[in-house]
Amino acid sequence: MRKVNDVILRTVVKGVVLIILTLGVYLFFSGHNAPGGGFIGGLVLGSAIVLLYITYDIETIQRKMPFDFKKVAALGVLLATGTAIGSLYFNVPFLSQTDGYFNIPILGEKHLTTVTIFEAGVALTVIGTLVTIILSISEDD
Amino acid sequence: MNNLIVLPLIIPIMTAVILVFLRRNIILQRIISILTMIFITGISIMILSAVQTEGIIKLDFGGWLPPFGILFVADSFSMLLVVVANIVTIICLIYAFSTIGARHEQMFFYPFVLLLIAGVNGSFLTGDIFNLFVCFEVMLLASYVLIALGGERVQLRESLKYVLINVVTSWIFLVALAYLYGTLKTLNMAHIAERVAEVGQDPLITTVAILFLIVFSIKAGLLLFFWLPGSYIVPPTAVQALFAALLTKVGVYALIRTFTLMFPLNQDVTHTLIGIMAGLTIVLGCMGALAGKDVYTIATYNVIIGVGFILIGLASGTEAALSGAIYYLIHDMLAKGLLFLLVGTMVYLTGETIVKRMSGLIQNYPLFGWIFFVVLLTLTGIPPFSGFVGKILIGQGAIEAGSYVLLAIGFASSIVVLYSLLRIFLASFFGETTVSEEDKKPIPKGVMVSFILFTISIIYLGVGAESLSVYVQDAAHTLINPSIYIDAILGEGV
Repeated sequence: MRKVNDVILRTVVKGVVLIILTLGVYLFFSGHNAPGGGFIGGLVLGSAIVLLYITYDIETIQRKMPFDFKKVAALGVLLATGTAIGSLYFNVPFLSQTDGYFNIPILGEKHLTTVTIFEAGVALTVIGTLVTIILSISEDD
Repeated sequence: MNNLIVLPLIIPIMTAVILVFLRRNIILQRIISILTMIFITGISIMILSAVQTEGIIKLDFGGWLPPFGILFVADSFSMLLVVVANIVTIICLIYAFSTIGARHEQMFFYPFVLLLIAGVNGSFLTGDIFNLFVCFEVMLLASYVLIALGGERVQLRESLKYVLINVVTSWIFLVALAYLYGTLKTLNMAHIAERVAEVGQDPLITTVAILFLIVFSIKAGLLLFFWLPGSYIVPPTAVQALFAALLTKVGVYALIRTFTLMFPLNQDVTHTLIGIMAGLTIVLGCMGALAGKDVYTIATYNVIIGVGFILIGLASGTEAALSGAIYYLIHDMLAKGLLFLLVGTMVYLTGETIVKRMSGLIQNYPLFGWIFFVVLLTLTGIPPFSGFVGKILIGQGAIEAGSYVLLAIGFASSIVVLYSLLRIFLASFFGETTVSEEDKKPIPKGVMVSFILFTISIIYLGVGAESLSVYVQDAAHTLINPSIYIDAILGEGV
C-alpha cells in the first residue's frame, strides 16, 4: 500500500480533537437545564475518539487508550441503572433525582445533582456503543 | 413499597450488563441468570398477591404524577402474564444449559435472554403507551440478536426478513402514536381512555385505533402472520420456545389492553374487525398445520391457531370470554413453549424434520413420548389439562355475544390441532424404531428436567384452575370495567 501523505490531517486533528473534547465536556455539563446532556455530550466525545481512529491507525490508538469499548458501554448502563435503582434505598419512587448547593473549596458554591451521575452513565454508554459500531465496521474489510 | 413493581424490568437489565463482564465464565453466567429469573418470579408472585389485597398498584417514575410522568401499573392481568413469562424463561434457560453450546454462551446468549425478558416484563407492566413502544423495542432488539446468533445461512436470510418487517411495523407504531398524541394530547393509557370516553370515539379516533390494530396484529401474528412461520424456526430450540411462548403473546396482550381500556366504544367496527381477523387467522393457520410435512411448520402454524383462538375471546368481549382469553393465554404460553422444546428435541434425536421419516421414538424414549402426548391433549383442550378451561370459557363468551360463526371455527380448529399433532404422534412416536438400543442418543438430564417442569405447570394449570380463578376473575373484571383502572391511575377526582 502506498503511504499516504496526511501530515495536514494529522496536524489539524491534534488541535481539533482538543476543541471537540472540550465541547463534548461542555455540552455534558450544561445538560439537564440547558440544551445538552449525556447523550449529545457522549456523541461528541465519541466522535472525537472516532476521528482519532481515522487519522491514526487502530493499533496506535488502542495502545494509548487500552479500553474495551463494549465494556465501557456496559459500565455506562450499569451506572445509569444504578443511580435509578438507588432511589429504592432512599424509599422514594424509582428514577427520583435530588439536587443541592454545596460549598466546595476553591470552586465556590456549586449546584450538584444526582442526575449528572445518571447522565455520565448515558454518556459512557453512547461513547462505548458508537466506537464499538465504528470499530466493527472497520474490522471486516 | 410500590418500587417493587419496577424490579421485573430493571433487575434483568442490570444482571444482563453484569454478565457482559463475565463473558468467559460460563458456569457463573448460568448460575447468575437462573437465580435472577427465580428471584424475579418470586417478586412477581408477591406483587400478584399484593394486587389482590390492595387493588391496582402504580409507580410514578421520579415522582412525576400522571398524566405527566411515565408510570408502571400492576393489575392482575399484567402480573399473571409477568409471572408466567418468567416461569417459561426459567424453564427455557434450563433447557438451554445443556443444548445451546459454548459458542452461543460466549457470544452473550444469557445477557440477551435477560434483556428480552426485561422488554417483555416492561411491555406488560407499563401504563404509558409510548413506554410500551420503548419496551417493545427493547424486546425486539434482543430478539434480533437471538434470531441471528449462530450465523447460519438460513438464519441470515430469515433474520433479515424478521428485522425488516419489525422495523417497518415499529415505524407504523410510531406514526400511530403521533396521530394519537395529535388527537388526544396525551400518551398515558388511563388518560387516553378518559379522553376517549369524554369526546366519544369518533371516526378519527377509530382510524387511529385500527392503525394500532394493524401494528399489534403484525406483532401478535393475527392474520398478518406471513413473517412468522419462516423466522420462528431458524434459531436454536431454546430460543424458538422463548419466541413462541412470549413474543406473539406480548402482541396479544397489547391488543387486549388497547381494545378493552383505550378504544372500547366503537365495538361495531373494531371488535367486528378483530373477530373477522381472528376467524381468518384460525382458518389459515389450520390450513398450514394440515399441509405441513415437517414438524416445525406444524408447530408454528399451531402458534397462529392459538393466537386466533385467544382473540375470539377479545372479539366476543364479555367477562366470561375475557377470562377465557386470559386462561388460554397463560395455557398457550406454557404449552407452546413445551411444544417447541419437544419438536426441537425430536429433530435433535433423529436428525430429521419430516414427520414421515421419524419412527418409533416412544420405544427408545418412553417418558419423552408420553409428554408429547400430554401436550397433544392439552392443546386440543381435553379436560384434565390446561387448555380445557380457556376453551370452555371462550366458548361460553362467544355464545353470550352471539358470535356463533367464530364459535364454530374455534372449536373446529381444536379438531385440526388434534389431527395435526396426532399425525406426528402416530408417525414419529409409534411404529418400529429405526435406531437400535445401542445407537440411540441419550436425552440430556437438563432437557428432561425442563420437559417435566413444563408438564407439571400444564397439569397444575388444568387441575388447579380453581386456585388461579381468583386472579383471572379479578383480571377479567378490571378489563371489562376500565373505570377501575382509570380511577386507580388518575384518582377519583381528576
